[in-house]
Amino acid sequence: MSTLTILAGGALALFAVGLYGLLITRNMIKVVVALQILVKAALLALVVAGKASDQINLGQSLAMTVIVADTVVAVIGLALAVQVKRVLGTMDLTELSKLRG
Amino acid sequence: MAIRARRLLVAAMWLAGVSALVAIVLYRLGAQQVAVVELSVGAGLVTVLFVFAISIAGEEGLSEREFIPNELAIGLLVVFGGLLAVMDLPMDELGVSLSEAEFASIFWEDRELDVLLQLVFIFTGVVTMLGVLADVRKPSRIKKRSDIPQAHINPAFGTDKHVPQPVLQPVAPSETQPESSKETPA
Repeated sequence: MSTLTILAGGALALFAVGLYGLLITRNMIKVVVALQILVKAALLALVVAGKASDQINLGQSLAMTVIVADTVVAVIGLALAVQVKRVLGTMDLTELSKLRG
Repeated sequence: MAIRARRLLVAAMWLAGVSALVAIVLYRLGAQQVAVVELSVGAGLVTVLFVFAISIAGEEGLSEREFIPNELAIGLLVVFGGLLAVMDLPMDELGVSLSEAEFASIFWEDRELDVLLQLVFIFTGVVTMLGVLADVRKPSRIKKRSDIPQAHINPAFGTDKHVPQPVLQPVAPSETQPESSKETPA
C-alpha cells in the first residue's frame, strides 16, 4: 500500500469523523468544530491529489483558498453562535428549531 | 475526541491538535507554505477565536445522541493513529522538493482569481462578523425617556453673545520684506 493511498484513507477517515460529529452534535459551537474537521479532510485530500498528479503547487494554491474560506466560515459561525446565545439564551439546535415567529 | 468531548474548551483544544497534525502531514508531503499557514491560522487563530467565543457564550453541556458506543470511537481513533504511524515510515520515498518560486508563480500569476476570491472572503467575513456582533437591543431593554437622567447643562451656556474675531488684514508685500532687501544698492 503506497503512502498516498494511506493518506487518502486518512483524509477519508477525518471526513467521516467530521460528518459523524455534524450528525450527532446539538451545540452550535460543536457544529463549527465538526465543520472544521470536515474542511481539514478536504484540505488534506486536495494536497494528496496534487501530489498524486505531480502538481503539488496547484494543490497548495487551492488549499490556500480553502483555508481562507474555512477561517471565514469559523468566524461567522462563532459570531452567530455567540449572538444566538446572547439573544435567545441557548445554543441547543433542537431548542432553536422549535422556535416559531 | 474533538467531537466527543463534553466540555467545549476541551473540544477546541482537540481541534487545535488535529490542525497541528494535518499541518505536519502537509509539511511532510512537500506543501510547506500551506503547512505553515495551516499551523498559524488553523491551530492558532481559530483556536483563539474558539476560546474567545466560549468565554463569551459560556459552557453549555449538552449530551449528544449516542450513535456509536464510546469503545468504538476510541478504536477508530487508535486505527487512525496507527495509519498515521505507518504512513510516517515510507515517507522518505515521496521525494519532498522545495519549489517555492514555482508555488509563488502559480499562486500569484496563474491563480490570481483565487487570490481575489480570498480577499473577497476576508472582507465578507469581517463585515459579517461586525454586523452579527453588533449590539442587538431587545425592545424591553430600551429605556423610556423619563428613565434617562437628564444632563446638567449650565443655563448660562449658549447665552453669551458671539464675540467676533478680528479679521486678518492682508499685509503689503513691502512690509514683509527683510530690512536688508529694502536697502538700495549703492
